[in-house]
Amino acid sequence: MKPLEYVCPRTVAEAAAAHAAHPEARYLGGGTNLVDLMRLGVERPELLVDITRLPLDRIEELPDGGLRIGATVRNSDLAAHPLVRARRAVLSQAVLSGASGQLRNVATTAGNLLQRTRCGYFHDLGRACNKRVPGSGCAALEGVNRDHAVLGHSAHCVATHPSDLAVALAALDAVVELAGPGGGRGVPATEFHRLPGDRPERDTVIEPGELITGVLLPPLPDGTVTRYRKARERASHAFALASVAAVVQLEDGVVRHVAVAFGGLAHRPWRARRTEAALLGTAPTAESVARAVEAELAEAVPLRDNAYKVTLARDLARDVLGALTAP
Amino acid sequence: MLPPTHSRVTLRVNGVTRTAELDHRTTLLELLREHFALTGSKKGCDQGRCGTCTVLLDDRRVNSCLLLAVAQDGREVVTVEGLAGAPGEDGQLHPLLRAFNDRDELRCDDCAPGQLCSAVGMLDEARSGQPSVVTDTTVPVDAPVRLTTAEIRERLNGNLCRCGAQARIVEAVREVIV
Repeated sequence: MKPLEYVCPRTVAEAAAAHAAHPEARYLGGGTNLVDLMRLGVERPELLVDITRLPLDRIEELPDGGLRIGATVRNSDLAAHPLVRARRAVLSQAVLSGASGQLRNVATTAGNLLQRTRCGYFHDLGRACNKRVPGSGCAALEGVNRDHAVLGHSAHCVATHPSDLAVALAALDAVVELAGPGGGRGVPATEFHRLPGDRPERDTVIEPGELITGVLLPPLPDGTVTRYRKARERASHAFALASVAAVVQLEDGVVRHVAVAFGGLAHRPWRARRTEAALLGTAPTAESVARAVEAELAEAVPLRDNAYKVTLARDLARDVLGALTAP
Repeated sequence: MLPPTHSRVTLRVNGVTRTAELDHRTTLLELLREHFALTGSKKGCDQGRCGTCTVLLDDRRVNSCLLLAVAQDGREVVTVEGLAGAPGEDGQLHPLLRAFNDRDELRCDDCAPGQLCSAVGMLDEARSGQPSVVTDTTVPVDAPVRLTTAEIRERLNGNLCRCGAQARIVEAVREVIV
């Protein structure tokens, strides 16, 4: 690690100003990813702006039934919140399926969205990685790529985003709230992370000077049911090989609202719009669910080692959607 | 006057207020072990994977290897030494320590400090109704969680034991609950 300065501001404006004043500044949330990357030499900040004492640690219910989750809300508090558990179980399940109790007690909502890929080549300073050093190449393309992307990847990067929480947010139509020099703006969770294209070093659409202040969850229709399922190599404490978040509302057996997002398959949570379009307004059967899932996964382009992810994602999605649409 | 890369940090550690002047790169684990000579917490993977550095920070279990000490200024820390009570006074031992002693002939003691702190934190979490991913979603949200074997195993997933003593550890935790 390089020697570094540290500040702990008490307002968003102070935090943004401190960050803007130093080109090698990073915001420090729980630090569960950043400190690890600093130790590996992947991240080399000269100033840490600790945002954990900003007044952004609340979950508020909004008058319209929506929820606002502050940027520094801890993963364990988010997963345990009664309104999240009761109405948006998919979010609680997604958060609880990630990491360990110790990590969830520290990791924050915003930090979870901003965590970097777990691609082994990104972490290995001796190997080529366009995300770590733009223009250096991608060792994963021809390397061991069984953990890597099957959707939305490019010749420059095949890394996946590791978050479970972000997958649930994508299915809940969440909006990421940003504060910036020109005021605030909201970015849909489905648009917040970028596909790699030829700029894989940019994980998100955040602009310099912007800071995540919270996440807004819009109200859900009455009678909505939700679920998160995750497949991984161990029973627990491992990243997703593939996961699915689903949000469904049925009325008289007909799908009135459906949102499906995959994790572990792409550089961002992958919203399955084709699956949703195939199911909306229909009375689903096992066969029609299978066809709807297939409509999305037909887009997959597996790498040498990870065709299994397509099968895995298909089976997870059929299982979850089958259960949520059962009469 | 400290250089801009250093700060003075004050923590309450096992009930005692302690201060140190630290390089900002110092982790909480390094502060405890190298500055305060509390070597119960072990440095294992140093990546938040093995849990052997687990301590309680403001009553929550955390991986001290991933926390920068400077960011914990003013907080309260309990390490495995804080669970042990006064030396030689067996009656002061936290019941979990006694259960571990009684049950775990096999373990090498490398993971035990983290296992103990993690288990103490986990018991509080379950008592206050915090769910895990295996918690029955139909249970009322404010009810304490019944700690089945599946719950204990899931909730202690952040602690690795390379001796294979997990089965005994789960037994020890179960003994403390009943």
